[in-house]
Amino acid sequence: MSQSHATGHDEIDHHDHDHHDSGGDTVFGFWIYIMSDCILFATLFATYAVLSGGYAGGLTPKDLFDLNFVAVETALLLFSSFTFGMAMLYANKRHMKGMISWLVFTLALGLGFLGMELYEFYHFSSEGATPQSSAYWSAFYALVATHGLHVLGGCIWMLVLFAHFKRDGFTEDNLVRLSCLSLFWHFLDIIWICVFSVVYLLGVM
Amino acid sequence: MGSKATIITDPDPLTGKLTWDSIPVHDPVILPVMIAVALGGIFLFALITKMGKWRYLWDEWITSVDHKKIGIMYIIAAIIMLVRGFADALMMRAQQALATADSVGAGYLPPEHYDQIFTAHGVIMIFFVAMPLVVGLMNIVVPLQIGARDVAFPFLNSLSFWLFVVGAVLVNVSLFVGEFAATGWLAYPPLSGLEYSPWVGVDYWLWALQISGIGTLLTGINFFVTILRMRAPGMKLMQMPVFTWTSLCANVLIIISFPILTVTITLLTLDRYIGTNFFTNDLGGNQMMYVNLIWAWGHPEVYILILPAFGIFSEITATFSRKRLFGYTSLVWATAVIMVLSMVVWLHHFFTMGAGASVNAFFGIATMIISVPTGVKIFNWLFTMYKGRVEFSAAMWWTCSFLFTFTIGGMTGVMLAVPAADFVLHNSLFLIAHFHNVIIGGAVFGYFAGMTYWFPKATGFMLDEKLGKIACALWTVGFFAAFMPLYILGFNGMTRRLNYYDNPEWTPLLWIAAGGALIVLAGIMTQFYQIFVSIRDRHKNKDVTGDPWNARTLEWATSSPPPFYNFAELPKIHDRDEHYYKKEHGLAYQAPDKYKKIHMPKNTWAGVVISAFSLMMGFAFIWHIWWMAAFGFLGMIASWIMYSFERNKDYYVPVEQVEEIEAKHLDAVRQHAQTNS
Repeated sequence: MSQSHATGHDEIDHHDHDHHDSGGDTVFGFWIYIMSDCILFATLFATYAVLSGGYAGGLTPKDLFDLNFVAVETALLLFSSFTFGMAMLYANKRHMKGMISWLVFTLALGLGFLGMELYEFYHFSSEGATPQSSAYWSAFYALVATHGLHVLGGCIWMLVLFAHFKRDGFTEDNLVRLSCLSLFWHFLDIIWICVFSVVYLLGVM
Repeated sequence: MGSKATIITDPDPLTGKLTWDSIPVHDPVILPVMIAVALGGIFLFALITKMGKWRYLWDEWITSVDHKKIGIMYIIAAIIMLVRGFADALMMRAQQALATADSVGAGYLPPEHYDQIFTAHGVIMIFFVAMPLVVGLMNIVVPLQIGARDVAFPFLNSLSFWLFVVGAVLVNVSLFVGEFAATGWLAYPPLSGLEYSPWVGVDYWLWALQISGIGTLLTGINFFVTILRMRAPGMKLMQMPVFTWTSLCANVLIIISFPILTVTITLLTLDRYIGTNFFTNDLGGNQMMYVNLIWAWGHPEVYILILPAFGIFSEITATFSRKRLFGYTSLVWATAVIMVLSMVVWLHHFFTMGAGASVNAFFGIATMIISVPTGVKIFNWLFTMYKGRVEFSAAMWWTCSFLFTFTIGGMTGVMLAVPAADFVLHNSLFLIAHFHNVIIGGAVFGYFAGMTYWFPKATGFMLDEKLGKIACALWTVGFFAAFMPLYILGFNGMTRRLNYYDNPEWTPLLWIAAGGALIVLAGIMTQFYQIFVSIRDRHKNKDVTGDPWNARTLEWATSSPPPFYNFAELPKIHDRDEHYYKKEHGLAYQAPDKYKKIHMPKNTWAGVVISAFSLMMGFAFIWHIWWMAAFGFLGMIASWIMYSFERNKDYYVPVEQVEEIEAKHLDAVRQHAQTNS
């Protein structure tokens, strides 16, 4: 995904408007990708719903879910959306140090979230609820881990972006990349809210 | 087709499940093919090396981000895969014609081989023939029709193509290393689960579809953005050519449905690789969920194939009737309605599941409603021809054959949409006849029409018209001979996928069907001969003006083949039939006052390299070679990151170069006009 010109992609009479690779196209394209990712998660949610009674006589979510633990996990991720927003504000001011600091903060929260999720998986597995235990747990791990893998992808992307900013500074390319990652990060937040409600809240009810 | 004795349950850390026994050298059907492919490959490699063309191939094709070249490569790949898929079809027809036995083991194919053949046939024809033909035509035509210089994301376009190639390569490798799935083209569990398909066949299916499916999703996003954001100045949505409209709708369906395929395949992969219980028979697994999910993708998929074909027929009918398309607006809306409805009909593929009368009624009625907008389109084409000066070119032959054939297929579809009737016809040859009727008579005839129509645009010379008409006649007659008997056999109770049968009354009809397949074979051979003749006579059949058919839409306003930047100056759009408008108003073939430099993307190694790593990953996963899978995966990520750090991904074409190319074309057009007047 490359883009090098900021200006003039919408104006009909602008000389450079035929330049096809403008940042606006990329952000729009990324939105469309996110929509398709929504459907990916919707499919996993549907699978989870269909298999939600499939305990096969084994452990149920009520036996294992700890809402306090998940609340902390959720708080980490939600707060990371706020810190990413702060990073965007600094980026808009072209303030490198501020932006990077907030992004590092975001990254730390993201990694914290992942750490807690891994611990939860480890805990559940050791209690006897593995992906192989029953259809319910297969669906649980598939849905939650797919979200987790997305967060991991976002973290790696953030590291790559640090290198981009370090090399080139606030170029149009880098700002578009940052906007896309920002969309991605907030999107994962929204998905997590759905996971929290559908999987954890409904799970203990 | 390795014997089951070679199944490794305890994979070696270095080579996984792969052993020398995995290569079926003992199989009398496969061994000659293997030798032929190996010799052909060596010959091709030697030929390219001798002619010193590797550099040329790498620079001009493999790393190209030019949508026209990518489109041509898609179509070449599709034609190669068509030969493979059609060979499977001939083998099946031969087997069923011969398997008229009272004893098990009739015919010449053992059951496990026959099962792989019908699976491979379906997978290849849908994923690796029909899809690349659609995507290839979209690549060649859509940017030209909307007056764009390229697609929105040229690198992703190259990546999409190479990921598709990886899928095709995996399917073909399965012929020589291991086995292919023997489950039917959609690999329903529990048959496709580890218990009943323990070896690598289903794994080939999984990874080939997963990798090429991700490529298709990227294509969908790419073309959606291209069409919505890169139209020439002044082109409103309701001024887009119909093929662009139908492509837009097909791409929306790709964006919506392919993530479902990704998830479904992933869940089956997890069941097979780590022992989860999504679709298993015990521990709460739900096999019918797989069937629902795969068809929630699968039904939109058939509209992804057919909608662009409808667009092709619309362009051709208007051009060769020398009239404006009748009912443009209704045609666009009909397309949009089909797009929406195609997502709420998937359950008609399994009425017999037992979802209950109300659910079946809903999906049955929704399915029948689709025939209304489809019928609208048929009348659009008929009324376009009505009182037109219809010129029966080869492209028009395909269109007329389509109108006739597809209407029959549509009607049998409505029959199947009645749940009560479906309980009788489900899984019978009637169904096989129906979907071949709409896919061959609808989609494939459309692609052939489109290839005939746009061939001069892509290459600069015409396809031989007479041979094209002969091919169309052979395909049409062959199609009816091959599939009408299957309708009757379906009514008589013959189910699909039979390796042998014990009812001798079916045999004559199966011989007729086999004869039909041979007539289609003659049609395909005519097409190859047509391409050969056309290349031989390319100077005689040259398309000098870029508008050989006296056509209407924008792609015909530039030269054939178009310069790599498509349009020296982006056209300002006045009318839906822009090129026709310009010709009428004497505005066509005018040089602008002043040329400007043109901004273009540079070729990139990234698409092919990332895909090569994905091939490594896919192959390694199939054979449980974990270190290599990790290596391939990390290679994909690392090369993508490396690519993101590259500078200078684009460049400017200098004004002088544009001037030179344009002057040459305009001179040729002028000379042509003088000699003709």
